Amino acid sequence: MEPILAGKNLVKRYGRVVALDHCDFELYPGEILAVIGDNGAGKSTLIKAVSGAVIPDDGEVTLEGKKVHFTSPLHAREHGIETVYQQLAMSPALSIADNMFMGRELRKPGWRGTYLRMLDRTRMEQFAREKLNDLGLATIQNINQAVETLSGGQRQGVAVARAAAFGSKVIILDEPTAALGVKESRRVLELIQDVRGRGIPIVLISHNMPHVFELADRIHVHRLGKRLCVIKPGDFTMSDAVAFMTGAKEPPAELAA
Amino acid sequence: MSDTSKDDYESAADRSVRVAEFTDDRRGFIHKVQHALHVTPSLVPLVVLILSIVVFGLLIGSRFFSPFALTLILQQVQIVGIVAAAQSLVILTAGIDLSVGAIMVLSSVVMGQFTFRYGLPPSIAVMCGLAVGTFIGFVNGWLVAKVKLPPFIVTLGMWQIVLAANFLYSANETIRSQDIEAEAPLLQVFGTTFDIAGARLTVGVVFMIVLMLVLAYALSRTAWGRHVYAVGDDKEAAELSGVQTDRVLISVYMLSGLICAFAGWALIGRIGAVSPTSGQLANIESITAVVIGGISLFGGRGSILGSLFGALIVGVFTLGLRLLGADAQWTYLLIGLLIIGAVAVDQWIRKVSV
Repeated sequence: MEPILAGKNLVKRYGRVVALDHCDFELYPGEILAVIGDNGAGKSTLIKAVSGAVIPDDGEVTLEGKKVHFTSPLHAREHGIETVYQQLAMSPALSIADNMFMGRELRKPGWRGTYLRMLDRTRMEQFAREKLNDLGLATIQNINQAVETLSGGQRQGVAVARAAAFGSKVIILDEPTAALGVKESRRVLELIQDVRGRGIPIVLISHNMPHVFELADRIHVHRLGKRLCVIKPGDFTMSDAVAFMTGAKEPPAELAA
Repeated sequence: MSDTSKDDYESAADRSVRVAEFTDDRRGFIHKVQHALHVTPSLVPLVVLILSIVVFGLLIGSRFFSPFALTLILQQVQIVGIVAAAQSLVILTAGIDLSVGAIMVLSSVVMGQFTFRYGLPPSIAVMCGLAVGTFIGFVNGWLVAKVKLPPFIVTLGMWQIVLAANFLYSANETIRSQDIEAEAPLLQVFGTTFDIAGARLTVGVVFMIVLMLVLAYALSRTAWGRHVYAVGDDKEAAELSGVQTDRVLISVYMLSGLICAFAGWALIGRIGAVSPTSGQLANIESITAVVIGGISLFGGRGSILGSLFGALIVGVFTLGLRLLGADAQWTYLLIGLLIIGAVAVDQWIRKVSV
């Protein structure tokens, strides 16, 4: 099977620090690929390199087998790759609907849209409500309430819903449960499974081993700027995974990347 | 929703309780007020404006509370009002534009000198003035967005540069009102007055109000307007959500420059002459109007109509206190109090998410 999104020999240097050291990466259709690694291992840089937020110094990124050269997150987004960042990338003072459509607003049909550039609030609100309902976030009362009035879990839910609504090919989630409580995390994990159920492959970056082992089909272990190995959750324990990523244990030779 | 692989420690948390519930159990009067302010930030200056009109009306009577006096206020605030519209846009992006007054004066000087020194048709000279204002705005925006300099520093420098250029270019020479009237009446078009039932309006006043309404529409009903708020709210988040923040910033500063150039045109209409020494306080006065109008200096919050109300509040205080025979310093004192009060209210509104 051909990977939907892949990186080959990616290199990124910040001054003398090598954040990505000839790193490979593959995401296959329909899977959840978890990316784990110690702090500073370069997983964020890897994800940014395949989602356009960072331009790699060397190496190539392919989407559906075709070489792509993303220069900005917007660019990657136009190719159907949506990223939910750890800091969520939402404007707190604006409404849920405004945030969901930020950068891709709908305009009213006819002269009001063409000449007055009027936004189609009704359509945007309806769409946003539908998407939140789809993902079981119906408890959000008012689609026009400001994002800052939402709880952490709700914000995360809106961010995931936004990615799920527009991400046609790949969704990347950076630490989606890091700031959440137990119940809220559970909700977001369900959301992620729901999105996978629609056939969209997901890259999940997380430090939370139970979550990773519960959701992931494959786990990409990142260490010292490159892929150390890719393991299946069924074949190893959580302690094995942690040992690999911290360097306490060497992975079996046949799995090494 | 699939609940296939539930861990023990998580199922201990009751799943029947809805997680994302949002209930508002604080329904006191104060919270209602706070909520209303949060949703409609221009409410405070509107209430203050109406109250001050009522209070001065009661104190002074019909000398103040007449169509003539009230429209006189509009005439007196038109320049500050137009410049405040430009200032509001910049402040909404969490910036500040200290060069607004200088751009206004230089644009008016360009309009005047191009007509009288080079003999260009007034319409062409006006276009040149508007272009100069827009260009200076572009330079401000480019420095802020691309070179990533702080707006305060960029516009502080630009203020000095433009003001000096204005004096050097004009040779500190005023173009007299009579000359303009005789040879280029187009330059004074903003001063054209018309009376409606005792109220006296000028083209400049109408322009100010229409400009505010158009900008209010653009800010709340177009994608560009939402982006302006998003950039002011959290620039990085806006960038990651796919807003082309550099483009938004440059467009805002350019538009600010263009509006200031229009203010320069309106200034000729207001004072009749083209004077390179006029409008020196426009930057401070416009910031005052914006702050009293409830727009947050931290960006992303507030309504541009608030700035119109803010400018009018200053106008009402100025005229009201003058009619009462008070020392002009009382006006400044009260406006100082209003500024601090307005920022305190802004902090109160933004502190609690309601």
